Amino acid sequence: MDLTVNIAGLKLKNPVIAASGTFGFGREFSEFFDLNLLGGISVKGLTLAPRKGNPPPRIAETPAGILNSVGLQNPGVHAFVRDEIPFLRKFDTCIIANVAGNTVEDYCRMAEILSDADIDAIELNVSCPNVKEGCLIFGSTAEGISKVTSAVRKVCKKTLIVKLSPNVTDITEMAKAAEYSGADCVSLINTILGMAIDINSRRPVLGNVVGGLSGPAVKPIAVRMVYQVSKAVKIPVIGMGGISNADDAVEFMLAGASAVMIGTAGFVNPYVWIETIEGIKQYMEKHGFQKVSDITGALIE
Amino acid sequence: MNFNAVVVKNEKLAENIYLLRLKSEKISHNAAPGQFVNIKCCDGLDTYLRRPVSILRTHGPENTFDIAFMVRGKGTRILSCLKEGDAVDCIGPLGRGFTLPEKGERICVVGGGIGIFPLLYLLEKSAGAYKAAFLGFRSGGLVVLGKDFEKAADQLIISTDDGSFGEKGPVTTPFLKYLEKERPDRVYTCGPAPMMIKVADACNERGIFCEVSMEQRMGCGIGACLVCVCRIKHNDDWAYERICRDGPVFRAEEVIFE
Repeated sequence: MDLTVNIAGLKLKNPVIAASGTFGFGREFSEFFDLNLLGGISVKGLTLAPRKGNPPPRIAETPAGILNSVGLQNPGVHAFVRDEIPFLRKFDTCIIANVAGNTVEDYCRMAEILSDADIDAIELNVSCPNVKEGCLIFGSTAEGISKVTSAVRKVCKKTLIVKLSPNVTDITEMAKAAEYSGADCVSLINTILGMAIDINSRRPVLGNVVGGLSGPAVKPIAVRMVYQVSKAVKIPVIGMGGISNADDAVEFMLAGASAVMIGTAGFVNPYVWIETIEGIKQYMEKHGFQKVSDITGALIE
Repeated sequence: MNFNAVVVKNEKLAENIYLLRLKSEKISHNAAPGQFVNIKCCDGLDTYLRRPVSILRTHGPENTFDIAFMVRGKGTRILSCLKEGDAVDCIGPLGRGFTLPEKGERICVVGGGIGIFPLLYLLEKSAGAYKAAFLGFRSGGLVVLGKDFEKAADQLIISTDDGSFGEKGPVTTPFLKYLEKERPDRVYTCGPAPMMIKVADACNERGIFCEVSMEQRMGCGIGACLVCVCRIKHNDDWAYERICRDGPVFRAEEVIFE
């Protein structure tokens, strides 16, 4: 049984990746399971300078999901290279550096730094809903995505993934802009902008008022977007959004995803990634798939 | 690190306050005062996240530990309905707990409402120290575990906001009066933020060692999601530190209360 996938030159031992922003830099989950088992790890979103993040409360539980407004708290790209890559490199898994900037120059500078670092791919986060400057502004229009992707492409020596926002009118236009501008791959979806109100205090639950919705609640939207995007572009698609088990992961692959990222579900089940890998194997056995990549786009319409 | 704990007993302590005794050798043998467990309430999606609950005490020989909690929403409502023999998915023990006192030291615990729970475990584990406990509740009907605290502490003062039990008024009043005459070696506090701020300020002014147990909405409970943060001083600056992993117990002088 062949679980390997090749995403625009990025070779993964299996299609299950830990999603950015939910896995830190791997240290915490390494106490629960062997990180060598993962296809890849997309690390906590990095910015050029360290970021303190947004004021608490940063989370609100909603039906079948959560809203978060962490706001990219991170130690900065230099500290990541110095303190976190040596730890992550102890494991035989792909390291994807997720980066977010306020300006095109920020993205380019980080891509330069990370191109010289020991990582496997760069994921451009142009879709974080929790920061006021840059980031989502780039991801909200095809022009913005083109501008940042083509500038980064010129300096990026690694596999370049562009992570798309669902908070747009037509996500296929964004994916096409990323492809046209030199992205090797797109990943989707980032969180959906949402809000929760405490009716007793009559105040927003989140310190930042609005936040990003994730978890099972967003899954049908994400599957639909992966389906549409995979039809619209030729580059590989990494699917995510509410995946909690192998069945969900297979659903995304049938919709056209070459690999999947799992995030929020890990907060509830720290073993969700390895259980999903095992479950995909069982699915392959049951349905006669020899290669996991054959599941991608195998939807019968 | 995640275990199936089995419910040994479920006891209603007061209106909406419950004590669960759970059997788990790993958790009961590894827990320390101030730590917590993160519990999955059900498989359903309506209460999606786990619920963090502080550990009330452990019983080594029986391989059990107790948690006490207040019903505040759907998740805790489900926990309150658990029956003997039910299995509960628990991650723990988690977090950094209290610094235990040395033998012969004089300690004080100041707790408010459901914030008293981790303090009982601390008192029971502080062998050889002289222990004073100040507990505050909104009213007499909410006073719980009084007998346990009486046994665990050398001196116990209870106050209620409405005066229906013990002294009338906030718990900080008898505590501050105590500080006028006595100088404890260590003070530990857990409860509503305004109470903890008063306790922390009083100790900081006098240079008394003080630890506070912080609370914030949590995501993962293990330090990965960066959700449950509080502001902690770092030289001339500050940073958001994780309550679940770097805490929940912090030195009072480090915390910048919101």
